[in-house]
Amino acid sequence: MSRSKNLAIKYLAAAILFFGVMTLSGLLSAAYYINPQLLFGVLPFNIAKILHIDTMIIWLLMGFMGAVYWFLPEEFEREPVGIWAAEILFWIFAAAVLVVAAIFLFVQWGPATQTTLWLFQQGRKYVEAPRWAAIGVALVMLVFAWNVIGTAIKAGRITGIMAVMSVNMVPLVLLYLIAFPLIDNMAVDLYWWWWLVHLWVEATWEILIGCIMALAVMKLLDTSRRIVEGWLYIEVALVLGTGILGLGHHYFWIGTPDYWLGIGGFFSALEPLPLLGMVVHAIYDAGVHHMKTTNRPAFYWTLAEAFGNFLGAGVFGFMITLPQLNLFAHGTQWTVSHGHFAFWGAYACGVISICYIALQERRRLVTVNGAGWVWAFVLLNGGLIGMVGALLVAGMAQAFFERAIGGSTLEAFIAGQENPWFVLGMYNRFGFAVMFTVGYLALVWNLLALGRRETTVLIQPAPAE
Amino acid sequence: MQYEDPNFWRAGAVSTTVVMAVVLIMLTIDSLGAISPGGSHVPPYTVINRHIEYAYDNKFGRDMPVIGKDEPLFGTPVNETDAAALIARGKLVIQSRACIDCHTFMGNGAYYAPDLTKAWLDPAWEAWIAITGAESKEEAMTRFLMKPDYYATWQRKMPNLGISRDEAVATVAYLKWLSSIDTNGFPIHFGRIQVNK
Repeated sequence: MSRSKNLAIKYLAAAILFFGVMTLSGLLSAAYYINPQLLFGVLPFNIAKILHIDTMIIWLLMGFMGAVYWFLPEEFEREPVGIWAAEILFWIFAAAVLVVAAIFLFVQWGPATQTTLWLFQQGRKYVEAPRWAAIGVALVMLVFAWNVIGTAIKAGRITGIMAVMSVNMVPLVLLYLIAFPLIDNMAVDLYWWWWLVHLWVEATWEILIGCIMALAVMKLLDTSRRIVEGWLYIEVALVLGTGILGLGHHYFWIGTPDYWLGIGGFFSALEPLPLLGMVVHAIYDAGVHHMKTTNRPAFYWTLAEAFGNFLGAGVFGFMITLPQLNLFAHGTQWTVSHGHFAFWGAYACGVISICYIALQERRRLVTVNGAGWVWAFVLLNGGLIGMVGALLVAGMAQAFFERAIGGSTLEAFIAGQENPWFVLGMYNRFGFAVMFTVGYLALVWNLLALGRRETTVLIQPAPAE
Repeated sequence: MQYEDPNFWRAGAVSTTVVMAVVLIMLTIDSLGAISPGGSHVPPYTVINRHIEYAYDNKFGRDMPVIGKDEPLFGTPVNETDAAALIARGKLVIQSRACIDCHTFMGNGAYYAPDLTKAWLDPAWEAWIAITGAESKEEAMTRFLMKPDYYATWQRKMPNLGISRDEAVATVAYLKWLSSIDTNGFPIHFGRIQVNK
């Protein structure tokens, strides 16, 4: 197996590990809502929350990198340029994530100095990691971009998918630089921060996962490259055509001029279009191939990706994106409901799909099936949808009682949090989070056991050396 | 047919992206002017020397900050340089304690604790003046930030984050300035409704 694919396996394994950290810290964050005295004075809510959202970014990023390193040698028929640097950086990256997690757990905060931002944490949502670690992430992204773009140049030829991926590497690296500056003015700070969060996650990540899923569909269903590339270009046009100015739906209330209400509302309302296109594409491909594939878990996780992206990012996002409703839903658990569904559907399902594709080849399995993956699939998706529903109920109660009726003061906030619908939502969210955690364990078990039990798979003989 | 040719869609993707990016850059230049201190939506940092209210504006049809007469923090006016230094330190406090991972600012952040966009204007501080034995709202806020676990608001207590008096004063200044930003009516009718539990 090529060095790139070996590195891919390492990245995918690390991704699944940090997926577990994200799940456990999310479960802990949910528990604080039920018992606010939990770990008081030992581990405040914000640290559990930071671990939850930062490891989410890290595991997905590692999953994407694993997927790209897996497909690179096949696309270019050669080892990636600078693979040695990527191999070294993997261990540094993984170690740095563990050190940062330890700092969050045991140091937690520091005095109001630049030293705190450099050594302990930066206190900006999603990019709380201290600057030394952020420099490391930037370096990893830079080498990742070099691996992709450099290999394309060295190979002297490029496919449409890899061309899109290569161009996408430039904003992927540049936008991350917004993780560094300290900006006193909160309005300006949030303005640029949304470039990082929206344009990174909702644009460059969407393009990256689009490329990855295009490669996955070709592998799973043997779809022709011409069709896949045509769809990919359409998706890029729609994602960026709606998403770049769709950024404006984050600019409704941060102090920016009110023309963003119209621009952001209009373009973000169109953002479900490319996601709908993915669903149409997935159904079409699945129908053409009569749902036949040698890797059922990968196939079903790919379908979950298409539907989850459309429902979670598209439909649930559309629900709260128009300013007339967002005025009430903004900053409530309604947003959290959308966020959970969107990240899960848009990215997590895709990464899990890639794990199964990689393991099929790694363990030389003719077919991948069995009951194990079904348990994981049902528990994870059931738990996630349950959480999303519970958060939606809680968020709607908050929007009505805290925002619309109460006027968003401290008193209104408390009234909203103590509302029986909100409380019910929090208990249900915790219950479904437990279900999700069991699903995670089932997934890990299935990934580890895949191919080791004859009842679930057929083993292909090792190729002759 | 050209629609079946991937190159047709590639050209569409490139041209759409370029057009949208150019429009975004133009809007960004305009927006940054509006949200700079002293811009059309964000008052200068010295607004902390003034009285601030939040009221419904019939002309714009939404809630807007109203800047009133002189009302300096702790009764002592600050000049432009000192105001900027206070705001800079206040932002450092907010980041060093990861406030945004419990609270929200302009609705952005975590959702475990109240939104702080208009916290300076919250009627609840009147009660905290009595609870903390302070003589003013800013002093009550300062004392609360230094010992939030002692002056607990409700069952979901804010932990003690080791905030010094200087840091607390800077944070209060920051929250006062923050409340003066025109946020297009968010949060709607803040502080004008008494909640009946």
